[in-house]
Amino acid sequence: MIDFLGRLNWDAIPIHEPPAIIAGGGMVGGALLAVLLVTYFKKWGYLWREWFTSVDHKKIGVMYIIVAIIMLLRGFADAALMRTQQAISVGSNYGFLPPDHYDQIFTAHGVIMIFFVAMPLVIGLMNIVVPLQIGARDVAFPYLNSLSFWLFMIGVVLVMLSLIVGSFAQTGWVAYAPLSENQFSPGVGMDYYIWSLQISGIGTTISGINFFVTILKMRCPGMTLMKMPVFTWTALCSNILIIISFPMLTAAIAMLTLDRYLDFHFFTNEFGGDPMLYVNLIWAWGHPEVYILVLPVFGVFSEVTSTFSRKTLFGYATMVYATAAITILSFIVWLHHFFTMGAGANVNAFFGIATTIIAIPTGVKIFNWLFTMYRGRITFTAPMYFTIGFIITFSVGGMTGVLLAVPGADFVLHNSLFVIAHFHNVIIGGVVFGVMAGLTFWCPKAFGFKMNEKFGKLSFWFWLVGFYIAFMPLYVLGFMGATRRLSHYDASTGWHPLFVIAFIGMLIIAVGIGFQVLQIVVSVWKAKENQDYTGDPWDGRTLEWSTMSPPPFYNFAHVPHVDSLEPWWDHKHGKKIFPENKPYEAIHMPKNTGIGVLIGLFGFFLGFGLIWYIWWLVIASGIGIFACIVARSFDQDIDYWVSAEEVERVEKELSLRREKA
Amino acid sequence: MNKIKSFIIAIYAFAGSMMLTGCEHLVLIQSKGEIGQDERDLIFTALFLMLLVVIPVIIMTVVFAYRYRASNTKATYDPHFHHSNKIEVAIWGIPIIIVGILGIIIWKTTHKLDPYRPLEHENKPVVVQVVALDWKWLFIYPDHNVATINYLELPVNTPVQFKVTADAPMNSFMIPQLGGQIYAMAGMQTQLHLIASEEGIYDGRGYGFSGAGFNGMHFKAHVVSQDEFDNWVNQTKSSPELTTDVYKQLVQPSEYVQPQFFGSVSNNLFDDIMMKFMMPGMEDMSSMSSN
Repeated sequence: MIDFLGRLNWDAIPIHEPPAIIAGGGMVGGALLAVLLVTYFKKWGYLWREWFTSVDHKKIGVMYIIVAIIMLLRGFADAALMRTQQAISVGSNYGFLPPDHYDQIFTAHGVIMIFFVAMPLVIGLMNIVVPLQIGARDVAFPYLNSLSFWLFMIGVVLVMLSLIVGSFAQTGWVAYAPLSENQFSPGVGMDYYIWSLQISGIGTTISGINFFVTILKMRCPGMTLMKMPVFTWTALCSNILIIISFPMLTAAIAMLTLDRYLDFHFFTNEFGGDPMLYVNLIWAWGHPEVYILVLPVFGVFSEVTSTFSRKTLFGYATMVYATAAITILSFIVWLHHFFTMGAGANVNAFFGIATTIIAIPTGVKIFNWLFTMYRGRITFTAPMYFTIGFIITFSVGGMTGVLLAVPGADFVLHNSLFVIAHFHNVIIGGVVFGVMAGLTFWCPKAFGFKMNEKFGKLSFWFWLVGFYIAFMPLYVLGFMGATRRLSHYDASTGWHPLFVIAFIGMLIIAVGIGFQVLQIVVSVWKAKENQDYTGDPWDGRTLEWSTMSPPPFYNFAHVPHVDSLEPWWDHKHGKKIFPENKPYEAIHMPKNTGIGVLIGLFGFFLGFGLIWYIWWLVIASGIGIFACIVARSFDQDIDYWVSAEEVERVEKELSLRREKA
Repeated sequence: MNKIKSFIIAIYAFAGSMMLTGCEHLVLIQSKGEIGQDERDLIFTALFLMLLVVIPVIIMTVVFAYRYRASNTKATYDPHFHHSNKIEVAIWGIPIIIVGILGIIIWKTTHKLDPYRPLEHENKPVVVQVVALDWKWLFIYPDHNVATINYLELPVNTPVQFKVTADAPMNSFMIPQLGGQIYAMAGMQTQLHLIASEEGIYDGRGYGFSGAGFNGMHFKAHVVSQDEFDNWVNQTKSSPELTTDVYKQLVQPSEYVQPQFFGSVSNNLFDDIMMKFMMPGMEDMSSMSSN
C-alpha cells in the first residue's frame, strides 16, 4: 500500500496544524459548495458545452479572470497572515505562525500573486481584447488557447492542493538553490512548486506563441503594424517576452528537477554544482517577467486615458518605440537582482546603467499619458481613477526602482523590506491598478453590462490609501535594517510600530478588496440597470467597440477594413469601415473540444504522481496525455461553417435587442 | 475641552517619541563608517536627482486631471492634439539627461564602493573569515588565531577585510551601519571591505533567507579601541579550541545561538570548509585534523 501511493500517506494531511486545516477546510468547503450548487441547478452540461470545452477566446479570457480573482483572495489571505504575524511577533512573542508555516505562506503568496493572479489577469485581458481590437474572429490556434488555460489550471489546483495534502515550498517565490535542493528542502513542498510552475509555465509559453501569431497574422485588412491599437502593441511585446523568457524558466526548473529527482548536481553545493547559475537563470526569466505583466497594463492605461480624455493618444509612435525599447532592454538587466553576489565593479556598473536606461522609455510613457490628458475633456470614471492613481504611485515606485538599480545603494537596500515596498509599489500601483482599470473598462464588452461605478471608486480609494499605509512603512523599515522573510524580530530593533501601521494598511486594502467583490456581486445582480445595448458604452475609438456587447461568437459579421489608427472613432465620424448593405457570408469557425480538459486532467495526475513518487500514476497519465495528443492530431473534424442565414439570424436578434433598448 | 487638549498633546508626544526613536533606529542613515556613509549619501543624491522629475510629474498629474475635467468647459479642448515635436524632445530629453548624470554617478560609485576594493588606510586591515552556517555566523580571525560564533569584535578606524563563504544555503552578510553586504556561498569566497569610524555596538544579520532558522541569524558587532581589541583577543585565547569535531557539531542546524568563543582554530579551517565542496570525497575533512 505504501509503495502503491509513493510518499503519500495519512501524515500528509496537516490535522495537527490549525491554520492549515482551517484554510484547507474553507477551500474544500467552498469547492464542495460550488459543486453542489452546479449539480442542484443542473448546470454541468451547460458548463461543459459552453465553457470548459469552449475555444472562444472571450470565454477563455473570462475563465482566466474568474480563476485569477479567486486566487487573489487566496494570495491576499496569505498577505494578511504575514502582516498579522509581523505585527505581533516581536520580542518574547513569537506570533501564531512557526517559521516552517510562515515560510510556506510567503512562498505561496509570491508564487500565487505572480503566476496565478497577475499572469491570468493579464492573459485573460489579452484573450478578451486582442482579437476584437485587431478585427479577428478568434486567436490563431483556438484549441491551443483552451489547452493553455487547462495547463494553467493544473498549476492552480496543485498549489491549492498543497494546502491540505502535504505542504508547499519554504524557499521564497524564486526558490534559490541550494536551499531548494533536496539537502535543505527534502519534502514535497518544493516538488509542488516545481510541477505547478513547470506545467502552467508550458501553458504560458503556448499562450505566448498563440498571441504572437494571432497579432502578426490575423489583423483585419488595412491594419498595418503602426495602425495597431496600443494595447495590442503592448500585448505583442509582452508575448515576445513570454516566448523568449519562459523557456529559460522551464530550463531552470527542469535542471532543478533533475537535481532533486535524479541526483544531478546543476545547482548543489557539492560536486561542482553552481547555485549562482540558478540565480542567473531564474532572473534572466524573472526580470522580463515583470515586463510581461506591466507592458499590457501600460496598454490598458493608454486606451483608458485616451478614451476618457476624449482625445487621440498623445505620441502613439513614441509609445510604440518606448514599448519596444523596454522589451529589448528587459533582457540585459537581470543581474540587478544580485549586485551583491560578488560580480566585479564593471559588471555591476553595466547592469546598473542598463537598468536606469529603462527609466527613459518608461518616463516617456508617463509624459505621454499626461499629455493625452492635456487639453482633453476628462470623465472621471472608475478606470480613470485607477489611471491617475497609477501615474502618481508608479512614479514613486519607478523612482525607488531606479534607486535600487544604483549598485552602491543596492548594497545596503538589497534583500531588505525596501525591496518589498518597491516591487509592491510597482505591481499594485501598476499591474493591479491597470488590471482593475482594464476589467472595468472592458467588462461591458465581455458581459454586456457596466460595472457598478460607486463600488468601483470606493474600492479604488481603499486600495490607494491602504497601499500607501501598508507599504510606505516598509520603505522606512528597509532603512532600519529589516530584512525580508522574517517571522520574528527583537523589540530593540524599533521596527514594531511600523509593522503595526503596515498591518492597518493591510486591513484597509482588505476593505478595498471587499468593495471589489461587492462591486462584482452588485454589478451582476443589477446587470439590467447597467446594460450596454450599444456595444460602445464609452464612446470608444478602437475596433472592439464596433461590435455588440457581448459580441456574437464570431465577433464580426463583416470583417472590418481599416486605414487609420482609431478606425471606430473615424467610422462614427463618417469614414466607414464596414461595407454597407453587403449580404452576410458564411463564417469559418473552430469547433469546441474537450481535449484541453482531458489533457489538463491527465496533466494534473501526472504532476500529482511526480510530486508523491506514485510512478504508476505518472506512467498512466503520461500515456493518457500522449493518446490525447495523437487523437487530436488525427482529428479532421475540428472546424465548421456558420451559414450566412445563421449569421443573419444572430445579427437580427442582436439588432432587435438594441432597438428594444 | 481640557480632555481634547490633553488628547492632542498625547498624540504629539506619541508622534514625537516615535520620530525620535525612529531616527535612532534608521541604521542606514546612522552610518558609522566610510563605506556606509558613502552609500547613504549616494542614496540621497540619486533620490534628489530623480525627484527633479517625479515631483513635477505628480504635480502635472493632479493639475491636468483637475483642469481638464469634463465639467470645466472653459479649459481648451483640442481632441486632435496628439503630436508636438517640442514636447517629444522634452519628454525624451529630460529623462535622458537625468539618466546620463545618474549613469556617470553609477560608474564612479560602483567602482569606489566595490566590496572587493581594499580600503586605503594607514592601519593594516584586520582579516575576518566569515562562514554562514545553519543558522549562525562563524567568524575566524586567522591572524589572531581566535574564532567566535555570532559575535564580532573590531578595532575602530581600521579597515576590515571580510572573506565570506558558507557551509549551508546561500546567505548574505551585512552589518547595516557599516555598509553594504555580500553573498555567502558554499565552495567559494566573496569579499567585503568595511571600516568603522565610531566605537559602538552595531547589529549585524543574515540578509539572504536561508531557511527555518533565518530569524535568529543575527549578531552584534562590537567596535572598540585598538587596545580593547587586543585585550579581547588575549582574553579569548583562553577559550577552548575550535577543532574539527567541534566544527562538525557547529555545522548541525541550530537556532538563536548565543555567542561562543574559541581560543585557537585548527589550521586552514576556512580553506578546508571551502574545499570540501570541491572534493566531496573528503567530507570527513581528514585534511584538517592532519595539520
